[in-house]
Amino acid sequence: MLNIDIYDKLTILSDSAKYDVACTSSGVNRSGKQGTIGSAAKAGICHSFSADGRCISLLKVLMTNICVFDCKYCVNRVSNDIVRVGFTPVELAELTINFYRRNYIEGLFLSSGVIKNPNNTIEQMIKALELLRNAYHFGGYIHVKAIPGADSELITRLGLLADRMSINIELPSQESLKLLAPDKTKESILRPMGLISTKIQENSTDLVKFRHASKFVPAGQSTQLIVGATPDTDHKILTLTEGLYKKYHLKRVFFSAYMPVAEHSLLPSVDIKPPLMREHRLYQADWLLRFYGFEAKELLNEQNPNFNLQVDPKCNWALNHLEKFPLEINKAPYEMLLRVPGIGVTSAMRILTARRSSPIDFSGLKKMGIVLKRAQYFITCKGKIMEGLKITSDEAIRALMSDQFKLTSHYPEQLSLFREPFIRSEDVQQCLTGQI
Amino acid sequence: MPDRTDLIYAYDGSFVGLMCCVFESYEQKEIPSVIRPPGVQQGLFDTAKWIETDEHKAERVFNSIPLKISSQAQELVKLGFLTCAPHKELLIYHFLRLGFKYGSKVMTMLTDDTVCSLQKAVRHLTSESHKFKGFVRFSVYGEVLVAVIEPKNFVLPLLSLHFSDRFRNESFMIYDKTHSMALIYRSQKAELMFVDELTLPEVNGTEVEYRRLWKQFYKTIAIEGRNNPRCRMTLMPKRYWGQMTEFQWHVAETATELPPTSVGSLDSPFKYPTRK
Repeated sequence: MLNIDIYDKLTILSDSAKYDVACTSSGVNRSGKQGTIGSAAKAGICHSFSADGRCISLLKVLMTNICVFDCKYCVNRVSNDIVRVGFTPVELAELTINFYRRNYIEGLFLSSGVIKNPNNTIEQMIKALELLRNAYHFGGYIHVKAIPGADSELITRLGLLADRMSINIELPSQESLKLLAPDKTKESILRPMGLISTKIQENSTDLVKFRHASKFVPAGQSTQLIVGATPDTDHKILTLTEGLYKKYHLKRVFFSAYMPVAEHSLLPSVDIKPPLMREHRLYQADWLLRFYGFEAKELLNEQNPNFNLQVDPKCNWALNHLEKFPLEINKAPYEMLLRVPGIGVTSAMRILTARRSSPIDFSGLKKMGIVLKRAQYFITCKGKIMEGLKITSDEAIRALMSDQFKLTSHYPEQLSLFREPFIRSEDVQQCLTGQI
Repeated sequence: MPDRTDLIYAYDGSFVGLMCCVFESYEQKEIPSVIRPPGVQQGLFDTAKWIETDEHKAERVFNSIPLKISSQAQELVKLGFLTCAPHKELLIYHFLRLGFKYGSKVMTMLTDDTVCSLQKAVRHLTSESHKFKGFVRFSVYGEVLVAVIEPKNFVLPLLSLHFSDRFRNESFMIYDKTHSMALIYRSQKAELMFVDELTLPEVNGTEVEYRRLWKQFYKTIAIEGRNNPRCRMTLMPKRYWGQMTEFQWHVAETATELPPTSVGSLDSPFKYPTRK
């Protein structure tokens, strides 16, 4: 039953867990079963949005904030003088089930500080999840963090209880790790990541052979990279991201603008603003990699290692490839429609559908709900550019850009492209949630 | 076909009734300019033609949709009936006329006013019902979970499967205040019924405690340095907040219960209860 200090524990352990950005509950469909509580929906379900605009879908807590590691950027580092508490498996299960029944959450996101050593920590986590799954018959979503440096056998057992597993890389290079997270190495992070990836593949063949083989992290694995704590460039981060998708078949890579939580000579000063716009650009690029058929090398290279904060990555690409435009909406293949700034997956699909029955003109595009603000400069309908649009040469487009540069008091570095104020609501939305 | 601009159909407000309006229009070779559900104020001089509800006629229309148009079109019509689009009856009616004329091609005519309005209305419905899968907040009363929602569209039929599946062994009720309708799930069966007013009893200590824990979690999980109330508002507009636990900072919990008036099951739009 409710413990007197469960309120304080929840406060401390969710406060320490909040810097983990991932809160998605997506990737797996599982219907409810007789005698159990819970199901999972592939698209994921957001149950609320916090004041910072991020989706709340899972009960995101640490099992304990006791930690023997000393990662300089982390609030829970051993050298930080804070109150240390931990949930018992029963407390955690009661909290999860009771929140779940009231439809507050989609499931549990369990992470933990490293108690004695990685193996011991994972054993504790397994104990808690076994209780929740087997004694409380919980069938909802579970996202669990694997601890770098733990044994494969334990990670395998943990993976059979969870829907998604993640190991945070946090720092995008070996040098940065050595400097700021002395207890972690690239090897200790990538080895379990490789293990999870292999296990998932093995498991999928097992499932073909034996229908009732138990599922190993069916919703895949994800990771998180901190942006702005170290001098690593966007190019480095994006190339790493692409590698993770290709080599380790990750479902998601999350980016987290560095929030100064600790004073340290090796870290940016505590009063810097988190680089939210840079984080946003990385998410946009991440989307381009996953859904738009872009490759990292098309977006950035050694000469231009960082994203232009004034122009989104796709628009930037389009402006550098004006020879490919304007594009005829009624003829262009799907892959090219996706490359038009302002046209996304949904819009492109709708265009494909609509042009099967009749040619589309600009008013038709508007009716279909396609936003022309940016797209109008890059497309023609039935061979014509949009009526009243004066832009014909690339100089004009560039002129249009610089003409509207405006400094806003809130985000001094963010300038305006076309006519709209620079930060559009959907920018802000995606900026903070990393989802569309 | 005579196109009398003043022709008004009045029907009983049920899906079956609407299908009968379509039947009548084809049988009489006439095109109504208004299809009026009960409870809508009528003009001073309009004399509406009352369309009898006849399950047999309705089924003939409904079953012909997948044959003459497509099953996606049938789904769109079913969903269209649950939307809050003004004049949804006429929208569905004109969509069906187009469909019977052009066949399955109608689903690709996205630049047609009727088709795009109907699809837009349905998108509004499905996105609202998806939001409610997350935003519904249950309170525990004894062994029963109760939630109240105030949706714009009639989302209960769409929520039914999700919650019945998730909470198989529970008994729950989701009360739709806007439409005075409740989704009730007990002993593995879901049904819809009219509930005119709902007053809930006091909640017990455990319930109060979990509400307090949830509010605290909600507050704590936000990162102060990233505060962004506008973004939150876009993703979760204020109209949802009224029934969500995390925004109830000082509410007295009260309650009254009136007996339900009619019962219907959920697997087909023919079965949604209608007010007599």
